[in-house]
Amino acid sequence: MDLTLNIWRQKGPDDKGHIEKYPVSGVSPDMSFLEMMDMLNDRIIREGGDPVAFDHDCREGICGMCSMFINGQAHGPNRGVTTCQLHMRSFKDGDDITIEPWRAAAFPVVKDLTVNRSAFDRIIQSGGYVSVNTSGETLDANAIPVPKPQADEAFSAATCIGCGACVASCKNASAMLFVSAKVSQFALLPQGQPERALRVKRMVEQMDEEGFGNCTNTGACSVECPKGIDLTNIARMNRDFLKSSVDS
Amino acid sequence: MNIEMIDSKIPEGPLKDKWTSHKSKINLVNPANKRLIDVIMVGTGLAGSSAAASLAEMGYNVKAFCFQDSPRRAHSIAAQGGINAAKNYQNDGDSVYRLFYDTIKGGDYRSREANVHRLAEVSTSIIDQCVAQGVPFAREYGGLLDNRSFGGVQVSRTFYAKGQTGQQLLLGAYSALSRQISKGKVEMCTRHEMMDVVMVDGKCRGIIARNLVTGELERHAAHAVVLASGGYGNVFFLSTNAMGSNVSASWKAHKKGAFMANPSFTQIHPTCIPVSGEHQSKLTLMSESLRNDGRIWVPAKKDDAEGIRNGSIKASEIAEDDRDYYLERRYPAFGNLVPRDVASRAAKERCDAGFGVNETGEAVFLDYASAFERYGKTEASIRGLKSPSAAEIIVLGKQVVKAKYGNLFDMYKQIAADDPYETPMKIYPAVHYTMGGLWVDYNLMTSVPGLYATGEANFSDHGANRLGASALMQGLADGYFVLPYTIGDYLSNDIRTGEISPDSPEFELAEKEVKERIDALMNNNGTRTVDDFHRRLGRIMWNKCGMSRNAEDLKSAIEEIRVLRQEFWADVRVPGAIDEFNPELDKAMRVSDFLELGELMCIDALDREESCGGHFREEHQTPEGEALRHDEEFAFVSAWEFTGDPKESRLHREDLAFENIEVKQRSYK
Ligand code: SF4
Ligand code: FES
Repeated sequence: MDLTLNIWRQKGPDDKGHIEKYPVSGVSPDMSFLEMMDMLNDRIIREGGDPVAFDHDCREGICGMCSMFINGQAHGPNRGVTTCQLHMRSFKDGDDITIEPWRAAAFPVVKDLTVNRSAFDRIIQSGGYVSVNTSGETLDANAIPVPKPQADEAFSAATCIGCGACVASCKNASAMLFVSAKVSQFALLPQGQPERALRVKRMVEQMDEEGFGNCTNTGACSVECPKGIDLTNIARMNRDFLKSSVDS
Repeated sequence: MNIEMIDSKIPEGPLKDKWTSHKSKINLVNPANKRLIDVIMVGTGLAGSSAAASLAEMGYNVKAFCFQDSPRRAHSIAAQGGINAAKNYQNDGDSVYRLFYDTIKGGDYRSREANVHRLAEVSTSIIDQCVAQGVPFAREYGGLLDNRSFGGVQVSRTFYAKGQTGQQLLLGAYSALSRQISKGKVEMCTRHEMMDVVMVDGKCRGIIARNLVTGELERHAAHAVVLASGGYGNVFFLSTNAMGSNVSASWKAHKKGAFMANPSFTQIHPTCIPVSGEHQSKLTLMSESLRNDGRIWVPAKKDDAEGIRNGSIKASEIAEDDRDYYLERRYPAFGNLVPRDVASRAAKERCDAGFGVNETGEAVFLDYASAFERYGKTEASIRGLKSPSAAEIIVLGKQVVKAKYGNLFDMYKQIAADDPYETPMKIYPAVHYTMGGLWVDYNLMTSVPGLYATGEANFSDHGANRLGASALMQGLADGYFVLPYTIGDYLSNDIRTGEISPDSPEFELAEKEVKERIDALMNNNGTRTVDDFHRRLGRIMWNKCGMSRNAEDLKSAIEEIRVLRQEFWADVRVPGAIDEFNPELDKAMRVSDFLELGELMCIDALDREESCGGHFREEHQTPEGEALRHDEEFAFVSAWEFTGDPKESRLHREDLAFENIEVKQRSYK
């Protein structure tokens, strides 16, 4: 396949940035999107240019590192996959493809398509854990049964990979889906109950402090989320947050 | 050759009491003094995050480093299948001893008894700990934890969270780490890579790190350094490791005196998605748990295999009698659940013999048809359906399989563009894990005082082959329950040392050396890309130091790697600048180390004149083609000391004594 790539180039956080056009040819439909980018970079390096910087690591859809906004969609046109899982067979010969970084005030660009998502880490640090020491001297794992449906729902919320596609897809750059996924995982499990109110309060406060936008219920986040994190998590978090503000 | 013996400091006493008595005798650092002690942690996967969190809870000051943008992204996250623990919740006769026994046997009698027993002992606490942290393991309808079985064992002791067990365990450790970061007990340095360890007066006292965003070199001093930097499977270029996984931290430590143990022991995982073309950048694993229910086969007739390869016939058109379920045929007792090394070699044997089932002839089928039927029948009877039709049964069966393995099936479909609910999956072995690594004693200290290695970065627990679901177990065992105690033994001597200064001449020199290496790469202005060299190295390693090895190939591989390394330093091209975000430079540094490690791996494989576990020397096999060990000569750990050039590496050996287990030729028949 022959394609035209329009790629966002930005030297660093202070550079204004611009779109640059790169024609590529000989792309195989079996290539992953990132392998296509490897091919482009290989050529750029041979020609003495500066390769396009992008984040990636596992290349199997689980580390959450890859993060490209492709033709106006986070992780590209397919549902339920990350950029690294997208294959070129999803495109046609002759296609024009525009590739941009996640755009959000809370995710400043490092270079080209690479952004800084450390705001997510700080939100987790504000309370996304159960306060238990790692002594191993805890209850036997089977001492507290958890009904399967509840355990399964907690698991579903816990599958969030922290990629930030939800933020990038939201016109307000809200991080509600990400935060609510972690809040819900613990809210659904007995282990998370003692700190439930405090956790949601702290995490929401940190989220606001990081400069993420408000949620106006457009639902775009969940549509673009590669792990299909459900909007009900946001509703659960809102309830918990309201309750924690009333109680405190 | 004059081979020196090394002491692994295994505590005295009966096997089952060693750990308990060692823990009670070990020197401790009191809480007030821990505040005076700094520890550096390199890597934040399971072994690193868990240890960083635990050390910080105990009171030490921890600085942790990872090259990714967040500690949550380390490659432990990609582990799918599960984590073993001797809980015996299924009441199928499991015990600490059985887990110990299975691990030693699975490792083909090349691991250290005392370490493996300790691992089995602490395994149960891991599950308790993780549940307390809110890790959402799979549960049964009664609300209790569910288990599945894995290759190489006959009990069901694997805990799991769908096909995302590594993710859930890592997020658990990451949350414990995050809690300590918020308390200010851990300083987290993301997008940082360790460039070298720094030795002061014969002790490891810190590291030189590079800030990958700005390119700046930084000095970090501490009383001890722990490497939890993972394995080196990426020396093969194509592997299931993440793109950034590398050997550099371990290799730099090796060059400063830490011995590399059994570097040639590589695990080739039997169930990966086959290579699709030249552009391939990495391989994807399909969890071994799939072997629980799937059956592996190739056509029994060459014509059929040919037909499948050229697309003239479909798998479903091959009659039951014309299929060769070769694992079930060769290993009736374990069938599709033989250990990984055995399953991988058997697949290679069939494909080499001309029975492979994709265009390149390097793939076998993993078939779920009979599992759909079996689960469908059970489900129909649970639902009380009277005489369901065959089609109904299959539909029900697919639903059950979807609930168990749905994400894996989806992943396969995504990559292979083929629906595994309708046609059998195609799989082939791929490099997955390295059992070899930095040599450590019972306390997990390397041969360099004050330098520790945990998780996949060390060599200690898996011998010549790791059993499925044991990597997560070892990472968390080392990180939560072993290292945080054993490190106190060493640090107790440091309570009066005071802060270590990063301004000493030793730090200055180390930083200068790193800078020179970076300058050399950047100013080289060659013509070939880093990937080009990496790919060529990978090809040599896969062909000559992969699933099967022989002396002649290994000797030529050593020469080829040396030539390639020279060419790299003469002709590599690294674009961009030093003082900016430059992923190509990061990669070049890593590949330069792989180019040295590869040679040592071949040297080690050549030296070990036997077959054991994943190390298969063609010269040493039984008449049936199974690995043939030579226990009288090779029941030892090969620990290599760097002396200036990989070729001149000096061999030290640690003899392995098996006092609690009868050493047998491994049989899964
Ligand atoms: S909620 Fe979905 S889109 Fe957002 S960070 Fe998590 S996985 Fe990514
Ligand atoms: S690279 Fe890990 S999710 Fe895409």
